[in-house]
Amino acid sequence: MSLQPVKFYQTGTFTVGNRLLDESLRTVQANMQRTNSLNSGHRACQGCGEALGARYAIDAAMRATKNRVIATNATGCLEVFSTPYPETSWQIPWMHSVFGNAASVATGIAAALKVKKKSDVRVIAQGGDGGTTDIGFACLSGMFERNDDVLYLCYDNEAYMNTGVQRSSATPPGARTATTPAVGIHPGNAFGTGKNLPLIAMAHQIPYVATASVANLHDLEAKVEKAMGICGARYIHIYVPCPLGWGSSPSDTIKVARLAVETGLFPLFEAEHGEIVSRIPIRNKVPVEEYLKLQKRFAHLFGEDRSAIAMIQEIADRNIRKFGLEEA
Amino acid sequence: MLQQIEGSRAIACGIALCRPEVVCAYPITPQTHIVEALSEMVRTGELENCEYINVESEFAALSVAIGASSAGARSYTATASQGLLYMAEAVYNAGGLGLPIVMTIGNRAIGAPINIWNDHSDSMALRDAGWIQLYAETNQEALDLHIQAFKLAEALSCPVMVCVDGFILTHAYEQIEIPEAGKVDAFLPPFDPVQVLDCMDPVSIGAMVGPEAFMEVRYLQHYKQLRALEMIPEIAKEFSEQFGRDSGGLARPYRIADAETVVVALGSVNGTVKDVVDEMREEGHLIGSLCVVSFRPFPLMEVRACLENSRRVVVLEKSFSVGLGGPLSDGVRKSLSGIALRGYTVIAGLGGRAITKKSLKGIFAKAEMDELELLNFLDLDHEIVARQIMRERETRRSGPIAENLLKSIGTVASRIA
Ligand SMILES: Cc1ncc(C[n+]2csc(CCOP(=O)(O)OP(=O)(O)O)c2C)c(N)n1
Ligand code: SF4
Ligand SMILES: [Mg+2]
Repeated sequence: MSLQPVKFYQTGTFTVGNRLLDESLRTVQANMQRTNSLNSGHRACQGCGEALGARYAIDAAMRATKNRVIATNATGCLEVFSTPYPETSWQIPWMHSVFGNAASVATGIAAALKVKKKSDVRVIAQGGDGGTTDIGFACLSGMFERNDDVLYLCYDNEAYMNTGVQRSSATPPGARTATTPAVGIHPGNAFGTGKNLPLIAMAHQIPYVATASVANLHDLEAKVEKAMGICGARYIHIYVPCPLGWGSSPSDTIKVARLAVETGLFPLFEAEHGEIVSRIPIRNKVPVEEYLKLQKRFAHLFGEDRSAIAMIQEIADRNIRKFGLEEA
Repeated sequence: MLQQIEGSRAIACGIALCRPEVVCAYPITPQTHIVEALSEMVRTGELENCEYINVESEFAALSVAIGASSAGARSYTATASQGLLYMAEAVYNAGGLGLPIVMTIGNRAIGAPINIWNDHSDSMALRDAGWIQLYAETNQEALDLHIQAFKLAEALSCPVMVCVDGFILTHAYEQIEIPEAGKVDAFLPPFDPVQVLDCMDPVSIGAMVGPEAFMEVRYLQHYKQLRALEMIPEIAKEFSEQFGRDSGGLARPYRIADAETVVVALGSVNGTVKDVVDEMREEGHLIGSLCVVSFRPFPLMEVRACLENSRRVVVLEKSFSVGLGGPLSDGVRKSLSGIALRGYTVIAGLGGRAITKKSLKGIFAKAEMDELELLNFLDLDHEIVARQIMRERETRRSGPIAENLLKSIGTVASRIA
């Protein structure tokens, strides 16, 4: 197919049309040979960002490894909606042990593959933000520190969704959850709390850390593919809106994810051995209101006192400065 | 080859002979010497084809073993006390998934108050997690049980804990026969997993199971333990034929033929108990003992057969079900259903309190005269307990119990009468 020398973007999205790309550059999902590793028929909610992120990520990993992937999964929505007994959506060897040990179980699998000299088989660990930034953090940090040959994928929907939307250390300031209700003088999740796991991962000096979003699926696939080409501990933090927990429309999942990027609230970057090596610049900066107003978890911020929104705007602006997201 | 060697080192040699492919561990006294020795063996190449992983917690240690075992590698870890509790969630998980991991427990008390010395509180806390639990009487048996444990675990696809008394066994130097590698290889075939993560044959392990099948999964765990009741004696017999000595089995009676009083115990204390039985026999007492090797599965029939002709049973427990008594007594009671004989529980040796021949003799003699309570505490210092109870009655803010007791005693807590 001949490439046209003009930059075509889908109207209003800045996403390059898949059909205009050279075949080798097209998304894995566009290819009929995709593995459907997380097959249809699972029980995720409509518009679930986690299901979308996992499908893209694992299929990309499968392509990159010639279908040699074993995955572990922490307890959480992805685990529950994909494997209700006696059914499973997984077309790959997959294992769930408990909530907090997905990284360690993956380490064990990688160790077994190493003694068995199956170097072509690669291991992926998956968890939600709670399973990653909170309860699974010690196991994850250990896996990083030892530089075990595992790619860890965190599907960040910014709360404990599977148990009914409670706060995690990845819940953003201001957000309403079942345990940070929108009542009292400081409604929603407190400002000045939480942790940034990609930066913590980078502090371990591991070979590869990246952030990705279901709004930039091509970028997500590319990052997974790149990660699969690297040995040692790797981490990709994937932003996955949850319509149920966020109070957003299932049809707005991609839009909400895109606005998180374009406001600067969720910077997209890659880091190697602790240093940022690439970032996706924001072409068209959007004020945070645009992002917040699509989600009921932030509805209480739109009262008379808009100071919380201003504070969230400050966070976005700081991210843009800190990660250099302004387009040159 | 007969060697003068530390118990932990002997266990490590036994493990190495089993050719584990993944060993992961987190240090905790009194387990440390075992995993230190193994790390050295992997480094020097004495133990080939083995990944040794230094993890960040016991929870991770067992989780790594869970992953490795699921990917088809023979996997081993060791822990004790706080470490076993820290991995409790993974212990149940390995049991539920039926992964043939072998884990050594260097039995130690559980805090608070923190205490590094021996008792059985740790393994007893996890007795119902779907693991087979074998208790070693001597260091020779500790080594031998590990070799048998891998065979049993892999035959059944069920994890096995080998419980070894901390310090009393782990740190004791004794003459131990280290088996020949060739003989172990002949006894223990390579690991052939019943479930494995394999790209050529993808399966989902650890799926969610609701009320429709959960009971069945649990029952099948129990079924494995019932199978183990048959296999443990078979494996012990095979072991004896291969290595020329008896080790393991379900339970070992000692001088019970005409015994009116039978003492039942787990682990190393059986050595002391047998010495006391011998001394009392010399004096004409009709006493014998029963060493229970397999606590899970609990050999109800074998225990019953050993006790049914006696008049009374004294269960010597190194762990304490606070508010009730002891877990070994529960099993013994169950084994005696329908048989009328007197039963006494003696809690002994908690937190490393020495169990002396003198004290045992005293309490067995009292048992013979049926002067014991249902629940008894060997060498409990009633005086300092009474003082603390008074203190608490008199002063609301009476302060931390352990500190008060230590002040009461005035010096180190462990005394040998
Ligand atoms: C040790 C333990 N604590 C708590 C739970 C309950 N639990 C199961 S899933 C879950 C929430 C998972 O949240 P997250 O990791 O963010 O994944 P999500 O469901 O949001 O995708 C919780 C709290 C558990 N299964 N195990
Ligand atoms: S609750 Fe959220 S994360 Fe869970 S399945 Fe529904 S949309 Fe997905
Ligand atoms: Mg979540």
